[in-house]
Amino acid sequence: MFDSLSDKLGGIFDGLKRRGALKEADVIAALREVRVALLEADVALPVVKSFIDKVRTKAVGASVLKSVTPGQQVVKIVNDELVAMLGSDSVGISVDGLPPVVVMVVGLQGSGKTTTTAKIAKRISEKDKKKVLMASLDVRRPAAQEQLKILGEQIDVKTLPIIAGQTPVNIAERALQAARLQGFDVVMLDTAGRLHVDTALMAEVQAVRGATNPQETLLVADSLTGQDAVNVAREFDAQVSITGVVLTRMDGDGRGGAALSMRHVTGKPIKLVGTGEKMDALEDFHPERVASRILGMGDVVSLVEKAGETIEKEDAERMAKKMAKGQFDLNDLRDQLRQMKKMGGMKSVLGMLPGMGKMKQAAAGAQMNDSVFRRQEAIINSMTPKERLKPAMINASRKKRIAAGSGVGVPEVNKLLKMHMQMAKMMRKMSKMGKSGRMPQPGQMPPGFENLIPRG
Amino acid sequence: MSSEKKGWFKRLKAGLSRSKSAVSGGVTGIFTKRKLNAETLEELEDLLIVSDLGVAVAGRVTKALSKDRFDKEISDIEVREVLASEISAILTPVAKPLMINTENRPHVILMTGVNGAGKTTTIGKMAKGYIDGGKRVMLAAGDTFRAAAVEQLQIWGDRVGAPVITKPIGSDAAALAYEALERAITENIDILIIDTAGRLHNREELMAELGKIVRVISKKLEGAPHDTLLVLDATTGQNALHQVDIFGKVAAISGLIMTKLDGSARGGVLVACAEKFKLPVHAIGVGENIEDLQPFNAEEFAAALVGDTEA
Ligand SMILES: Nc1nc2c(ncn2[C@@H]2O[C@H](COP(=O)(O)OP(=O)(O)OP(=O)(O)O)[C@@H](O)[C@H]2O)c(=O)[nH]1
Ligand SMILES: Nc1nc2c(ncn2[C@@H]2O[C@H](COP(=O)(O)OP(=O)(O)OP(=O)(O)O)[C@@H](O)[C@H]2O)c(=O)[nH]1
Ligand SMILES: [Mg+2]
Ligand SMILES: [Mg+2]
Repeated sequence: MFDSLSDKLGGIFDGLKRRGALKEADVIAALREVRVALLEADVALPVVKSFIDKVRTKAVGASVLKSVTPGQQVVKIVNDELVAMLGSDSVGISVDGLPPVVVMVVGLQGSGKTTTTAKIAKRISEKDKKKVLMASLDVRRPAAQEQLKILGEQIDVKTLPIIAGQTPVNIAERALQAARLQGFDVVMLDTAGRLHVDTALMAEVQAVRGATNPQETLLVADSLTGQDAVNVAREFDAQVSITGVVLTRMDGDGRGGAALSMRHVTGKPIKLVGTGEKMDALEDFHPERVASRILGMGDVVSLVEKAGETIEKEDAERMAKKMAKGQFDLNDLRDQLRQMKKMGGMKSVLGMLPGMGKMKQAAAGAQMNDSVFRRQEAIINSMTPKERLKPAMINASRKKRIAAGSGVGVPEVNKLLKMHMQMAKMMRKMSKMGKSGRMPQPGQMPPGFENLIPRG
Repeated sequence: MSSEKKGWFKRLKAGLSRSKSAVSGGVTGIFTKRKLNAETLEELEDLLIVSDLGVAVAGRVTKALSKDRFDKEISDIEVREVLASEISAILTPVAKPLMINTENRPHVILMTGVNGAGKTTTIGKMAKGYIDGGKRVMLAAGDTFRAAAVEQLQIWGDRVGAPVITKPIGSDAAALAYEALERAITENIDILIIDTAGRLHNREELMAELGKIVRVISKKLEGAPHDTLLVLDATTGQNALHQVDIFGKVAAISGLIMTKLDGSARGGVLVACAEKFKLPVHAIGVGENIEDLQPFNAEEFAAALVGDTEA
């Protein structure tokens, strides 16, 4: 639905020749597109404005590197500034200190507080080996306390026994007492959803805060939030003084502009992101990934991670390592083909690679069918393990055997080998690009990928 | 809002007046005794963007406003009126209440949406309205995934006095929907409302599951589900457009409900959705309580977006 910024900037600068330094007029034209891209990504308008001002100052007069176009240079400056504004380092949750350490989550209705509470509890009990007690202070939403209790059973973390009729402050105090008596290190307090404009409910959460003195007060917010993100973050921070933000539903296809908005108005770090409904779908926040998502640039890292959802984690890590080194053999190609089938086709995968805007449109136009993937997989299956590792050894007679084994013609085997060669080349290129931090050509697809689109 | 009891309409106004304040304050700030020039137009466009209308729609609405008025003195009240009427013109064709056809035995309503949008709560509110109107309502706890989702709907069922058909967590949602429909038919129920688990539209396997629920229902009863509603959260930004697009394709969405308009989010993306998809908007949610569901009124919504002209 949205064209990526790099595609758009590609358009603006198409007509322009390379030049030594960025001229103000060019920068202003480019930043108009950046502004629209940021707004389409749901970055709040005041934040967009201050961001654009900053970038303008940096971009005018900046020299354009020989190997890139002015458009790419602007994208690079924009991207760097975005990453810087999002916070350069991933900050964890602090649960060390005199037990019981209190972690409280707050946020709007339905933002994902209860789910996130349980995910964090699981993480700190498993990773940090802390003894965690969870308590739901939500006395309003039907079955809210029950929900946390069930999640606790799923992740093997204790929840405070439910006693009907208690106020949130009562429950919180009971949780602290239980924690002291039973030697819990951390108490996680899940609170009811509330609007920041609801003074009565904001006062309630302030009272809980006063009674428990949390070490962490986390604002759980939906990454799909629009312009209101600034109001939500500012108000929650002003009224309960948050220590960080957790952004949920990052598994969605939202562009995640709320991350920038919230970070900008509160200055508080985004500590974690939720990437699914399951209890292990919690990740550290990576500013570079979110920056490229906001800009619609895509990145190889999330591609690999998405693949990790459907294949085993080790596979994903192995692939990431290989890709980083620029290695890519026929086993990897087969893995990719299998994942593409699992992930429901190429369209979703393509969107995550840089410079794939045009490619995605082409893919949408072509009839994507699994039978092509299946045939290609069959070809690779007919090879010996050695051949898969060292495709160069596949000579004419081997090709004939493989073709016969997979029920295709030799030309099709050739086509697959050629495609693999181009993809391997691309992986090498990408890994180099990753090292030097250079941006890919806007709108240009990595070589080899066009062959993946079945034709005719 | 949580404690005082107010009438439905007052609640809506109270809710929306909070949402509109930024825009209307802004309009007044810009326009008292000013010329409609490029600069003021841009500021006006910004104010619409802040309401989540999106860059494109905000641009079009502002352009329409400037037609015949450019370079003329214009008062803030006039600006608001024209803006509201532009937006209202987009929304009026989609403002349609949900119609129950009593010939459908039962009339089946399927609730869909991304996680946490307000599906289950809205079902409770709708059921209340229908039961008060003398209908026999049954609820189906089709969220067989999320912890305590069944219990949540059960509590709503108890509140409004509607039977709730359930299956243990982890059961097949389509099978539950089928069974519920079977029971609703034999028990001569008027309206069956089926809850579903929240799902993000880009999760293909979950969307396929939703597609299956729809197919199973329509196999059991021709023409069902008679209404497939997509619940949108007003705090959502431009992603709502994707939601409507994909849910529409997979589940043939017949209408929209927007929740959480009692907050400071103004839900302007609904205008973009109306322009693009022309799907009926049936109702809005303005709170967590059972009575906090309002019919969607294009003029009021538009007025709230730009600030009340009579205020
Ligand atoms: N896809 C996805 N869904 C999520 C994520 N986090 C939470 N959810 C889902 O979002 C919905 C709401 O989550 P809850 O944890 O109940 O939200 P809450 O903030 O506690 O809601 P209230 O207590 O009603 O205010 C549920 O369906 C969760 O499964 C996430 O990171 N990704
Ligand atoms: N302020 C406000 N809160 C609402 C409104 N509608 C629903 N909520 C709240 O939003 C939260 C989520 O509502 P649910 O009905 O559980 O949402 P859901 O779509 O069924 O969520 P999942 O099943 O987890 O995907 C709850 O805390 C509701 O009380 C509304 O119109 N205004
Ligand atoms: Mg909750
Ligand atoms: Mg629900």
